Amino acid sequence: MSDTTKKPVLQVKNLQTYFKTDDGIVKAVERVSFDLFIGQTLGIVGESGCGKSVTNLSLMRLIPSPPGKIVGGEVLFKDKDILKLSNAEMRSIRGNSISMIFQDPMTSLNPFLRISTQMVETIVLHQALSKAEAKKKAIEMLELVGIPAPEKRVDDYPHQFSGGMRQRVMIAMSLSCNADILIADEPTTALDVTIQAQILELIKELAQKFHTAVIMITHDLGVVAGMCDNVCVMYAGRFVEKADTDSLFGKPLHPYTQGLINSVPRMDKTNGGKLFSIEGQPPNLINLPDCCSFHPRCDKAMDICRKKYPQLTEVEKGRQVACWLYLDKEGTENE
Amino acid sequence: MSNKQPLLEVKDVKLHFPIEDGVLFKRQVGAIRAIDGISFTVREGETLGIVGESGCGKSTTARAIAQLHPVTEGNIYFEGKDLTKMSTKELLATRKNIQMVFQDPYASLNPRMTVRTIISEPLNIYVKRRLLEMSQTEIENRVEELMEIVGLSRFYKNRYPHEFSGGQRQRIGIARALALNPKIILADEPVSALDVSIQSQILNLLKDLQKEFGLAYVFIAHDLAVIEYISNRVAVMYLGKLVEIADSVLLYKNPMHPYTQALMSAAPIPDPQIEKNRKRIILKGDVPSPDKERIGCYFYDRCPKKMEYCKTHIPPMKDLVKGHQVACWLYGKKGE
Repeated sequence: MSDTTKKPVLQVKNLQTYFKTDDGIVKAVERVSFDLFIGQTLGIVGESGCGKSVTNLSLMRLIPSPPGKIVGGEVLFKDKDILKLSNAEMRSIRGNSISMIFQDPMTSLNPFLRISTQMVETIVLHQALSKAEAKKKAIEMLELVGIPAPEKRVDDYPHQFSGGMRQRVMIAMSLSCNADILIADEPTTALDVTIQAQILELIKELAQKFHTAVIMITHDLGVVAGMCDNVCVMYAGRFVEKADTDSLFGKPLHPYTQGLINSVPRMDKTNGGKLFSIEGQPPNLINLPDCCSFHPRCDKAMDICRKKYPQLTEVEKGRQVACWLYLDKEGTENE
Repeated sequence: MSNKQPLLEVKDVKLHFPIEDGVLFKRQVGAIRAIDGISFTVREGETLGIVGESGCGKSTTARAIAQLHPVTEGNIYFEGKDLTKMSTKELLATRKNIQMVFQDPYASLNPRMTVRTIISEPLNIYVKRRLLEMSQTEIENRVEELMEIVGLSRFYKNRYPHEFSGGQRQRIGIARALALNPKIILADEPVSALDVSIQSQILNLLKDLQKEFGLAYVFIAHDLAVIEYISNRVAVMYLGKLVEIADSVLLYKNPMHPYTQALMSAAPIPDPQIEKNRKRIILKGDVPSPDKERIGCYFYDRCPKKMEYCKTHIPPMKDLVKGHQVACWLYGKKGE
């Protein structure tokens, strides 16, 4: 982020995705902006229902519509606004330049089709290769992600692979078209710790090899600490803090980030006493008040927090936070 | 501490699920060895954490203790009495002291019951079988009391589970487990379905309850940090076997079994400085299927420190330092 001369591969500006429900409008993603640079790994952390996944489905234009709709903002990929592309143009980007790995490797592969069929389908669609060449490429990719005897296993069905192996297949598939951006949506949540370590290592290695930018969505702060260069913390549909990983963990600014970091039990420290915990529940995203959505759970809440939403503002170089503790309250105090 | 009789003693327990073949005349063709010979004790008021990867038999262990599955071999003693040899009636009376909290707060509460019915159900069952004497008003009061204990407002007692969030549901599950004043609670991954901020609330609640009621916990989780936080002693499980048991502080400071070492080094730590300088032991391959009888160490296939000897000899549990037991041929004399 410090290198401002570089151009971002992906620029998201004020993205807004809403869902229409019988009870009202759910503002799942509200004015989210970020830049992603080549070779960078960006983490998006937050709890369930905070809009992490919807943000990324919006980038891929995979929001089911209705009820969902991207109501505002821009997503610039190589200077083109993805949100304005035709469906055909979008298809040529999806799975090709921007690809995605999903959380659950059990359900994201088609159980009726051989791995080879599924991989060849993607490759033939996006590259000028014959089926036989595509299969060769598929085997090559499987070998790269560490699947033993790929020339045999390529003709297996998904159920013949274990969870970790299936996630490897997903990674092979998503990188088979030399994607510029890889969106990993909780890629290791369904996996065991020892397998998680394998998969994270693999993503790191391949991202470096192919110069792929990675967006890593997770709720696990440990994964963020090990994988990401920059982190965005999301709460109730908005980014509340953006920083590079070191400073975020070194000195978290937003009370929510502080709470999140403090409420994780840690192996490397003896925690004899009580764990810190954020009281209460995350808010319902329907009819959010027009003020800081974290204030009912915040122990530092002030009057102004209940009246006005703090805009995400740069407080230090490369650090943005949306909290009145760090913002200039002038012009609002006399209310 | 050691001269006292342990609250719970699990001794050489094996639990195999049969694999059957044939349509009409079923015959057993093999067995899934979910638990393959484990022994441990739980003392009054302490927390024993059981940690391991999915499919290693953690949950089956909890279910075996609660006698939800009959064990294939071995004994489970609760306060000196063998649960596996009890009559149904005796078992029911004893099991009042052993309660469970389940992983999924969405699936473990009946969606058609109100909170009041859910929490009072165990009480009503024991009243009906004349194992407990309580009037309906007493039960009603007890339900309200339990709700306050776990941090729910008593005004919610006529609501249904779907009206609550995941964390609140887990509180309902805990209230239900506390209803009969148990001595031990078997908590099977009680926080793994919850968000971080809610997880810490529930962990704190469990610790407070332990202090208040002198409960013992068998706490099952796959998250090493959670286990470290809640447990006095920790047992590490792999493929239906225990590989290491020790005091929590001891185990985390000095893990001895290669599997424990790998597990610890694989778990991410939320600190980028530490993460950058860590050396990971990355295990190769997956956990093998537990359907074979093994003649060597169960961890042999994936062990980074395997020796020829391990292939054909199953390492027994050995007491190394006081209270630190390891099942590995790297330590102690071979052929004992």
